[in-house]
Amino acid sequence: MSKINFLKPDKENLNTFLYLGSFLFVISVIDVFLNSFFSLNITGFLPASLSFIIPIILGFIGLHFIRIEHSGYKFLDQVNKNINTNNFNAILSLLIIFIVIKATPPILSWFVIDASFAGDSKDVCSGGGACWTYIKVWFRRFMYGMYPNAEQWRINLSFIALALLGSVGYFATEKFKKYLTLYYVVIYPFIAFLFIFFFISGGPVFFDFSYGIIAAVISIIIGFFIPGRFKFYYFIFVPITLYIALKYFIFYDELIELGKLDGLNWVETGAWGGLSLTFIISFFCLIFCFPIGMAFALGRRSDFPLIRYISIGFIEFWRGVPLITVLFMSAVMFPMFLPSDFFIDKLVRCIIAISLFEAAYVAEVIRGGLQALPRGQYEAAKSLGMGYWRMHIFVILPQALKLVIPGIANTFLALVKDTPLIFVVGLLEIVGMLNLAKTNPKWLGFAMEGYVFAAIIFWIICYAMSKYSYNLEQKYKTER
Amino acid sequence: MDLKLQKIIPQLITVLVVVLVFGFFTYNAQINMENRGIDFGYGFLSQESSFDVQFSLIEYDGSHSYFRAYLVGLLNTILVSVIGIIFATILGVIVGVARLSPNYLINQFAAFYVEFFRNIPLLLQIFFWYFAALRALPLPQDADAMLGVFFLTIKGLYVPAFIWENLNVFLYSIIAAIVAIVVIRIHARKVQETQGKQLPVFWISVGLIFILPLLSFLIGGVSLSFEIPKLKQLATTSFIYEGGVSLPPELIALTLSLALYTATFIAECVRAGIQGVGKGQKEAAASIGLNPNQVLKLVVMPQALRIIIPPTTNQYLNLTKNSSLAAAIAYPDLVLVFAGTALMQTGKAIEIVSITMLTYLSLSVSISILMNWYNKKIAIKEK
Repeated sequence: MSKINFLKPDKENLNTFLYLGSFLFVISVIDVFLNSFFSLNITGFLPASLSFIIPIILGFIGLHFIRIEHSGYKFLDQVNKNINTNNFNAILSLLIIFIVIKATPPILSWFVIDASFAGDSKDVCSGGGACWTYIKVWFRRFMYGMYPNAEQWRINLSFIALALLGSVGYFATEKFKKYLTLYYVVIYPFIAFLFIFFFISGGPVFFDFSYGIIAAVISIIIGFFIPGRFKFYYFIFVPITLYIALKYFIFYDELIELGKLDGLNWVETGAWGGLSLTFIISFFCLIFCFPIGMAFALGRRSDFPLIRYISIGFIEFWRGVPLITVLFMSAVMFPMFLPSDFFIDKLVRCIIAISLFEAAYVAEVIRGGLQALPRGQYEAAKSLGMGYWRMHIFVILPQALKLVIPGIANTFLALVKDTPLIFVVGLLEIVGMLNLAKTNPKWLGFAMEGYVFAAIIFWIICYAMSKYSYNLEQKYKTER
Repeated sequence: MDLKLQKIIPQLITVLVVVLVFGFFTYNAQINMENRGIDFGYGFLSQESSFDVQFSLIEYDGSHSYFRAYLVGLLNTILVSVIGIIFATILGVIVGVARLSPNYLINQFAAFYVEFFRNIPLLLQIFFWYFAALRALPLPQDADAMLGVFFLTIKGLYVPAFIWENLNVFLYSIIAAIVAIVVIRIHARKVQETQGKQLPVFWISVGLIFILPLLSFLIGGVSLSFEIPKLKQLATTSFIYEGGVSLPPELIALTLSLALYTATFIAECVRAGIQGVGKGQKEAAASIGLNPNQVLKLVVMPQALRIIIPPTTNQYLNLTKNSSLAAAIAYPDLVLVFAGTALMQTGKAIEIVSITMLTYLSLSVSISILMNWYNKKIAIKEK
């Protein structure tokens, strides 16, 4: 038997080192495991301070012994390559393994083993674990806010319907694929608005806005027959004129009377809340901030100096202030800027504020994409005789947007994570509801459970979004 | 003529729309203020504020002016931002480097950290730390001392205060050390360029920065003593610590969550920066005989920093803006003190909100100007 050098393991005595090293390593892991899961201390006979660091020493020596390059065992080589490249890495790996083993029992017991699930009062929550009963009892409030219990089917129905309508894209046949953009950009948001307005808030069938819709539909139909060069001016002036004409001259009162015939109860936006409000706000802000941001991105790269400076001013203003002050502005300052008889709902003000705020970020992201495109693309499009809009819609934007999918996804994620800030104006989405429930005298002391619950929900939403955006990015990646 | 008109008309329409919208708003604002009997003006800033602020870096009470209240808020915002930025940078760099570690466990751990804290709203994290985690801390009378001098209690963190004598001499000595180091660096570079010799600049610097302040203690008459917080009984069940410096739990919760949250973004910036330096660069540097330290210092870092610094500055800016969430847990920052309390008392919505927004705006515009300048300076000069 040849000499065994413990300071420098080698291949000669491979098996000796292997068995010895694995044995020491396993001992150290078992020690920590027993210690944390069964509170047994197998090294208790040693002095306390030594007993504490003995697993690290043992594991370190063990890992040192099995660190043999090209040992011939695939598994061992993998281990060495991944967690055991040198002494420093070995100690870090050991620490992480031990921390995970140490942290598992308390987390597990808090979440599951000692937690209480049954019952519907505070009394069942006497154990040391989490009180999921609290979440169960308050579940409807966390999901729907102060929305009346009997009417909550309206929210569920709207969300299910919108989810189904939203998934149309997956089932569309080739023939309809080209209309998808139109559908998602114009028709779907419109349907969503109608659902929210009629179902969730229980609004009247006809209201001021209906005239706007009618005016828009009529002018779009006529718009098809207008020669191209006038279209821009046509679409600026005609819908507004039509709207005013409809509202002030043609059967206004009759339609308002008709609108009162609906059967659903009106639910104030102040009563909306919980996770459903988070969804509603994120949804509309997502829809609005994208086109606004795109417009300002184009504006910032426009050849017209005045438009460019206005766009720069807009973008830099919104990017320079925190969202909370924007919401403050929408709450206390914005009403001062409107005629005194003119009232905009709190929720709508919030949505406008958040949309404008996020639009500035979207604009910067899209500008990055526009700048990244080579000049040749612009020149090629122009040489084909395309005008500004044609060039952007058919050549530039499709490529630029493809490039900035990750950036846009990040902005959207930031938007979703910013929705809790609406507590500033007194709207309570899920985090706001948690803070309300926490102060309920019957349910004091369960702040932790509530925040963990909300954190899990937000985490799932955001993580799913980021994974989805990653998939999109991969799908639309083109070799350049 | 046609072409000129085509250029002018869209601009005119846009300007007209903007002017009309602004005109509409100002007109309404004027009418509304007349109706409610509010007068517009910034004169209130010099009036007596008559409200108190819990935590302030400068001397302040109700008898001071609103402008002083504004300063208190601004300083508190800056304080929380600076502490947050320092911790976020340290943590972010460590995590960013750890994500590139060849050690599977370490990079997974770092990835887990990033994915975990990045996907939870900051406000929720602030609430969690403030209302749930920090509420589980012991009462002042039950608190154990950490390292004998720190007391972490439900009422805040108590740390020893430094009591200096001749502080200015100490500061001068540090300044002198820094100046000396800069001079030596310049000299060392000159020596290297002309004679090809390398001076041990690093060790000289370390020596200077320790020895000069030490000298100030020995012969400059500087002395330092600590005031350790002591438990004091107010009533039978009410205790506080006296002496030392006390950091309110709001500040701790806020800095903790801001640092943990922003560090995830900084970590990603750092990772992208280091990955952005091509492998060939490192190999080329190694092949001309630089040792690993020199490769890092002379080749990798200058290029990586070029990629890292702009987005990281952006994150610092975000952190500063996010510190306004302090209002949610009643940490007296600019938004809470000024846009909250002062606004409630004076009712000057337009003036106060505009001042608050302008403050943040000027802060971020100045930083972004600085960043653009820096960007231009370090950008690769292309022919």
